[in-house]
Parts: sequence; structure tokens; C-alpha cells
Amino acid sequence: MKRLEVLKTYKLFINGEFPRTESGRYLQLKNKSGKLIANISSASRKDFRNSVVAARNAFDNWSNRTPFNRGQIIYRIAEMLEGRKSQFVEEIMSLGISKHTALKEIDNAIDFTIYIAGWCDKYQQIISSVNPVSTSHFNFSFAEPMGVVGIISDNNSPFGFLRLMLSVIAGGNCAIVVANEKYPNVAISFSEVLQTSDLPKGVVNILTAKKNELPQHIATHLDVNAIVIATNNDKELSEIKRSSSVNVKRVISVSETELNILSPDLILSTQEIKTTWHPIGI
Amino acid sequence: MPKSIKFKTNWDYSPAPESTSHIRLKKKYELFINGKFIPPIENKYFETINPANEEVIAEVALASKKDIDKAVQSAKNAYEKVWSKISPQEKGKYIFRIARMIQERAREFAVVESLNGGKPIRESRDIDIPLAANHFFYYAGWADKLKYAFPNKSPKSIGVCGQIIPWNFPLLMAAWKIAPALACGNTVVLKPAETTPLTAMLLAEIIQESELPDGVVNIVNGGGETGAEIVKHKNVDKIAFTGSTEVGKIIQTIIADTNKKLTLELGGKAAQIVFDDAPIDQAVEGIINGIFFNQGHVCCAGSRLYVQESIYEIFIRKLIDRMETLIVGNPLDKNTDIGAINSKPQLDKINYYLKIGQTEGAEIFQTNCAIPKKGYWCKPTLFLHTSQSHRIIQEEIFGPVLAVQTFRTIDEAIEKANNTPYGLSAGIWTDKGSKIFHLAKKLRAGVIWANTFNKFDPSSPFGGYKESGFGREGGIHGLTSYLNL
Repeated sequence: MKRLEVLKTYKLFINGEFPRTESGRYLQLKNKSGKLIANISSASRKDFRNSVVAARNAFDNWSNRTPFNRGQIIYRIAEMLEGRKSQFVEEIMSLGISKHTALKEIDNAIDFTIYIAGWCDKYQQIISSVNPVSTSHFNFSFAEPMGVVGIISDNNSPFGFLRLMLSVIAGGNCAIVVANEKYPNVAISFSEVLQTSDLPKGVVNILTAKKNELPQHIATHLDVNAIVIATNNDKELSEIKRSSSVNVKRVISVSETELNILSPDLILSTQEIKTTWHPIGI
Repeated sequence: MPKSIKFKTNWDYSPAPESTSHIRLKKKYELFINGKFIPPIENKYFETINPANEEVIAEVALASKKDIDKAVQSAKNAYEKVWSKISPQEKGKYIFRIARMIQERAREFAVVESLNGGKPIRESRDIDIPLAANHFFYYAGWADKLKYAFPNKSPKSIGVCGQIIPWNFPLLMAAWKIAPALACGNTVVLKPAETTPLTAMLLAEIIQESELPDGVVNIVNGGGETGAEIVKHKNVDKIAFTGSTEVGKIIQTIIADTNKKLTLELGGKAAQIVFDDAPIDQAVEGIINGIFFNQGHVCCAGSRLYVQESIYEIFIRKLIDRMETLIVGNPLDKNTDIGAINSKPQLDKINYYLKIGQTEGAEIFQTNCAIPKKGYWCKPTLFLHTSQSHRIIQEEIFGPVLAVQTFRTIDEAIEKANNTPYGLSAGIWTDKGSKIFHLAKKLRAGVIWANTFNKFDPSSPFGGYKESGFGREGGIHGLTSYLNL
């Protein structure tokens, strides 16, 4: 008799734990022929708000880790991804994507993770400066993370969210990721990778939700400092920009092309520049 | 209330007024569009006054929607047909020329700045005007060196920049906006603040005399409605705004459905933290400068004072003694420390907060200084026994009003300092270097002054965290606000 497969329950990833949505709601993820792959948690505004609390609590710890340590943890994420490669290939394929594409996706994701790991203790030096002021002061500018960043990943790649998220946390920010509605299983399985990578709890929180339900709540939340969004939907982007004015939130829109090139740009665009002055004298 | 020394009992300073005899102001100022001074289409003018005596200085053209359209069109033409075709080095030379011409007319600018804005002549002479000239000089040199600022990138100009500036540093803010915009290859429509249009109009004269191509810089005057027309105009590619957080949020909302780029330099409520190991007299000077510089009309003013509990009494006594020596009065007098409040509405706003502070239970202290009968004035003011939830602690007053609290531990100081929606600047006073670096990291603000305050330089990036805005002005970082990278 054929062995019955044990199915996985896809839950949310908040504060290093895997809770079900408090709302009790679910979305059905189906393959191309309409067969149910999994019931996915449909995160609510309350789940999102819990994630912000987790991210804010994690911020002090994460932003004060040494950049070298952040690099090591992100490298560890790549190691864990490599070890679970076949699982991700299967999950991507379950959505009707070819094996060839699935393999390419996961390989690129791993390599991108390594690329970003290496930036953690380097981007500071390409954006910092000692400023030659005309008074008797020592004056320098350096980069600091913006804080809690909401990530909306609406692009056409199962690992699109990962590219956004890694750049955001490499710079010491904490993130709440709203996974692409099309690939929720990949995002939640990825959170298992995070959980085994020594990443402190709350640094990354991943929510699966109905498209368009959470973005407005992210934009209007007063304890979110910035939003990174990859979308082709101009109307959605406008609405987010408009609502973000409530606390002068930074909105960073990332195009498909920018998403696919290797660069530290997104690390830099989620940084603030702080300038410090001190008198020189005896 | 601690006892204070009585000053001004036996001696007074003799008046030392700066001469105005060399100032030749016109009765009427027009719009500066496409290299020419032209009357507004609707033929409306508004009066600009001297806030120190409420006398009218001149009439200034009020730009309507149609005028803004004309100004933007002229900036667009100049961008497409002229400025983008001039080599970066030549662009730089024009900007250098403007810097030099400001230096040549510096004394005149200083006097007009004080006449129109109410700030002490010492400040306009030694800070505003030289810094404005230096800002042009600094960015002029960047014009042909941009590729070195951004390795592996090809920096490109943005287009037409709509720039809206406040009344607290009229010429300096115009320089902060125009200089980097031009150096990065853009053209400009600038709107000075409604109450302080005059030095910008003198700058327009210089721009004309410098032979900068017509339309590269256009200067139009008016209030909020005029500003809104610039923000909304479809041919404006970038908005740079310095002003209140309230208006900044409105601008962010208005341009949400466009691709306009935006930088905002908004309000602040800076904490000054004084530790018990600080050199006290030096710290007192720093606190005085932090809040009373420019009548407290400074977005980065140190308007919240946190004193370590163990030195509270001696510190407040010394602070009050020093406050009693401050001279409030004629902005053109070289002895004056605190000039006139910029406008009647601003004075009303300050008085409103003075009332709120007392209603909320704080103890008010104002110095015994004399103030002139005419004009808008506010005595140096201290609020003691305030708490974190008081509105005078949370909200920006933009006047010579300092609210005081105490702290015991460094963590408490950090917690309190960061506990406002703003994050523009902060001050740290201690003799211990490691403590400075610790605080400099923990304070969520764009500019940290340690054992100093209110220092500015063209090469030093300035701008805020949180609701104090985004983007930086000054230095190499200021270039990114005016380029597509």
C-alpha cells in the first residue's frame, strides 16, 4: 500500500516563532490543475502589528551587532539554504514552474545571499566621510539603519522577497515581509531557514496574506520607518506613498531590473546618514 | 527658583548700530522669471515689513498659478535647451561667480537680512551670508567632478527643481537649495518664504549680473498657495522643501501619484544632554547658543535640556545668570544677542505655547531684559519642572523657549531624548570621549553636536531622521538629492 505523505502546515513567522494567524483565516494555494497544495495563513492587521512590535524589540540588538557578525549570520543563511535546496526546488515546482527554472532560482538566491553577506562590513566605508569643515571641528558622517522596514514583494520571482529582505537586514534594519501571494509556501519555508541561522528573533518576520490587504496598514503604521516595495502597479505604489506621509515614512521603490542586479544600492537606500561634530583644541 | 545675579544695574552698552546708509532697496520687487524682472500676471503685490518696527520695507510681487506656470516653463526650456548643453566645468564657473558676487556684496546682504527677518546683525554678518557664499563656492567645484563622487554610476541631472524655503535663514536656505541643484545640472524655481523675500531678490540681481543663462534660476514670491502650485506643477521633476513637518506631510501626499523626487528638511525638537562631568561654563554657553541663536527660529535648535540630576541646581543657576546678560532688541545693533521674532503669527504661536506650558504645570522663567515697544519680541524663556508628555516637550515652538528636565542614568537620557517624533539633531556635553561615541550612536538624529552646537558647514551633511524629514543637504551626500543615480 502506498505510504500517505505528511503534509506541512504553513503558518506565519513572527518573532522567531510560527504562529497561526490570529484571525483564523486561510488562503488556498493550488497548483495549475487546481489541486490543493496547502492552506496558507491569511495574516491580519493584528498579525502585522504584532510583527512590528517584534521587529522594534529586535532592532536594538540587531543594529548593535558588529557588522562582521551580521555578515556571518547572513552567510549562515546561505549555508542553510544550500542544505535545503531540494526542498525549495520541489516547492517551486509544485507551483507549476519547470525544474530548470526552479534550480536557477534557488542557486541565484544562495549566491545573492553570499554576495550580501560580504557587504555587511563594507558598505559603511563607501558611504561614510570625514568632512573638511572650515571651523576647528572634527566632523564625520556615517550610515545607520532606518529602523523597522516593511517589505512588499510583488514581483515575478519566488525569491524576490529575499533579495529585498537581505539588503534591508544587512544594514542593521529589522523587517516585516509580506510575501508574494503567488509563492507563499516558498517564503514560509524560507523562514525555517532563518530560524536555524542564528538570526535573532524578530529581525525578520514573514507574513502571507491576501494581496492588497496589508500594504495600507504598513503605510499607516507609526512605528514603521520605511517601506521597500517592488511592484509594477503604479496605483498601489501611489496609495502607499500617500499614506506613508503620516509619519514621513521613507518609500523606496525597487524596479524589476534593480532587483536582478548585484549591487549594494538597496543596502544604502535603507540607511540614514548621521553627522557628528566635535571641537578640536587643547 | 535659584537666586540670580542682577545685571544691568550700573552699566549699559552704548548702542552700536550697523549703518544702513549703503542699502538701496527698491520700493517694489517683481518676479524673476527667465532672467528678467517681470510684473505678476494678476498684478497683485504684498507688503514685506521689518519685524523689529513693523514698518513696510517694500512691495513684493505675488506669484499666481499662471506665473508659476511661466516660471516652470522657463526653467524647463532652460534645462532642455541651454543648461544641459553647457559643459560641467562651465556650469561650475557660473556658480563660482555667484559665490564671489555674494562675497562682494556681503555687508549689504547682512543688513537686508536683519532688516527683513529680524535676526541680529552679528549673526547675519558672521554666519548666514558667509555660509551662503561658501555653499555656492563648495558646490561650484562639484559640477565637473560628479563621476568621482559616485564610482560605477553615471550620475544624471533630474530636470526642473521646485524649491520652497523657510524664513529663518532666507539667503542661506536659498544657497543650500540652488547651489547643489545647479552643480548637478538642474534648473530651479525657488520660492522664498512669504515674510522674508528680500535677500532672495538681491540674489536674483546677482544671478542676472552673473550672466547665468536665462531661466536656469527663477525666483517667485508668495505664500502657501504659491508653493502648492510649484509642488503640483506637472513639469517639476523634483521638490526640495524646508519647513514645518505639517506642510512636509502635505507635500508628500500631494506628489504621491507622481514620479517626482522629494527631499524634506522639517521640524525638530533637539535634546541637549548635559552630564555631570561636563565643563559646566562651556556647556552653559552651548545651551544658550543652542536655543537663543536666531531667536530659536532654528529647526535644529536645542529646545529640550536634559541635565544630570547631581548638577541640576548649579547648572540652572548659571544658565539663568547667563540668560540675564542676553540683550534683546534692535537687530541692527551689534550688541544684540536676540533680535525680533520673525512675524506676528510666529509671535502668537510662541505666546500660545507659553500659555500651554504654564497650564500644563511647568514653571516659567523669563529674563528681566527690556524689550522695544514696537515690533515682535519674546524674552528668553525657560520652562522648569516639565515632563515628557508636556506639549512644550513634544512639539516644536520655534522660539527662544527652552524646556528643562533632569535625568539620572545615561539610558534614561537616551530614552527621553529619543522620545519625540522628530530626529533632526542632538547635543551631548561631557568630558568623556567613550560616552560621546556611545550617545552619538544611540541618539536617533541626523546631526549630533558633541561639546558644541548649531555649527554648519557646506561640506557637512545636514538632515533628519523620522519626522524631521529625509535626504541630506551639504557635503558629498547632498549631491544625491539632485541626481538620478
